[in-house]
Amino acid sequence: MRVVADHDLCLGAGQCVLHAPEVFDQSDEDGTVVLLTETPPGEQVEKVRVAVRMCPNAVLSLEEEKEEDAPVVGSSSSSG
Amino acid sequence: MRAPLPPASAPTPPAAPARSAPGHLPALPLRRDDPLDPPPELALIRQETPISRMTFPDGEEGWLLTRHEDVRAILADGRFSADRITASSPVRRINFRPEERPGLMLTMDPPEHTRLRRLLTPYFTTRRMQALAPRVERIVAEHLDALRAAGPPADLVPAFTLPIPSLVICELLGVPYADRARFHAWSAASLSLTAPEAEVLAARDALKSYMRELVDAKRRDPDDALLGTLIRADNDLTDAELGGIGRLLLIAGHETTANMLALGTLTFLTHPDQLAAFRGAPDAADRAVEELLRYLTIIQFGTTRLALEDVEVHGRRVRRGETVVLSLPAANRDPAHFDRPDELDVTRPPSQHVSFGHGIHQCLGQQLARVEMRIAFTGLFDGLPGLRLAVPADEVPMRDDMAIYGVHRLPVAWEE
Repeated sequence: MRVVADHDLCLGAGQCVLHAPEVFDQSDEDGTVVLLTETPPGEQVEKVRVAVRMCPNAVLSLEEEKEEDAPVVGSSSSSG
Repeated sequence: MRAPLPPASAPTPPAAPARSAPGHLPALPLRRDDPLDPPPELALIRQETPISRMTFPDGEEGWLLTRHEDVRAILADGRFSADRITASSPVRRINFRPEERPGLMLTMDPPEHTRLRRLLTPYFTTRRMQALAPRVERIVAEHLDALRAAGPPADLVPAFTLPIPSLVICELLGVPYADRARFHAWSAASLSLTAPEAEVLAARDALKSYMRELVDAKRRDPDDALLGTLIRADNDLTDAELGGIGRLLLIAGHETTANMLALGTLTFLTHPDQLAAFRGAPDAADRAVEELLRYLTIIQFGTTRLALEDVEVHGRRVRRGETVVLSLPAANRDPAHFDRPDELDVTRPPSQHVSFGHGIHQCLGQQLARVEMRIAFTGLFDGLPGLRLAVPADEVPMRDDMAIYGVHRLPVAWEE
């Protein structure tokens, strides 16, 4: 799974760092998102999904890669 | 504490909120049945129709949206402006005069909003705010020491819930905390729905003069706090903008968190099972804070947006120049999005509540608010054993008369 950030949209609310601090950081210059890794390890995937969902400006998206050892597509995450 | 809903196939015409007079459109429902729940009419409207025509106190007509999905969509839609100069408000709001506007990025759209937001965001990042935790812990501990030294009973609003976020934002901005009596009074008048208009404008002007003088002083002798740092940094902020930023962050920085702390404490004290769940697990505090934000939604009248062009919403035409009210309390209790929405459950997984807004204006200070709430709630219930209300719950005076909900006073006692 690959994380993609549309930097121009980012207003630095910091939700991604709150929910997945191992994957996201914020720039010291303008507070916008910095990807610490584009391909988070399996144990981070659920946190990254939460971060994507929480982003207030649809900055983040996920590209699923076809050959992954575990099927993560459609993993059941409660959107409560 | 759910309002009973009529059968889906009610034979009568669509339910009209109670205060609508014949020939007049309804206004935003305001009357609460339970002090911790939104007005029950909102749930009825949310169920009946996705978009309703409504009337504003200024006589203008506009629209009300109550569903979670719609509120989020419009807050993220660039065809709707955050304008607060010409938009109508569902409750009395004395809109900003043009001279008040510089620096008030919550009233701006891109690109002018983007410029200010990106200048400020580096100072409010998640990691920076989390790094303030030790300082917030000391401030909380000092206020608990003072409470214990004085002994019960006490009013937690002036003794705990207001001073903690106030001191934190003063230190962050570089505003002298010694001046708090003055700016607390100006801030309270600015948020009042019932104070005479002249008093509200006088308070806003006084805060504006105060902040401009402070900016002048920082120009002469900039310190390391935020206003001084912005003055020393390489940017093109004018003094008027710096003053506006100072006013916005000072008011937003203490009124919101202060009211969440007081209302959240009342909520815990009237929901002992939830308090037990909050205190029972070491990592429960973060989830509890999010749930309180959702459940209480202190931005009680929601927010407004102004259509910049004609927009079709659920088959209705919102015309250019019309105001749309986005009910954050209704969205945060929408059963289409939240399981058991009217139930307080502090163990709820992270939810997409809209208490900090959504879209480009989502709260700049939200990560600071989270740090303050986590530490203050934990400290309060650890530090004052047996904490309880010192008056019956229904005698706690609620802030129905203020733009930001909460309590005016919170009399408590504890075991010494």
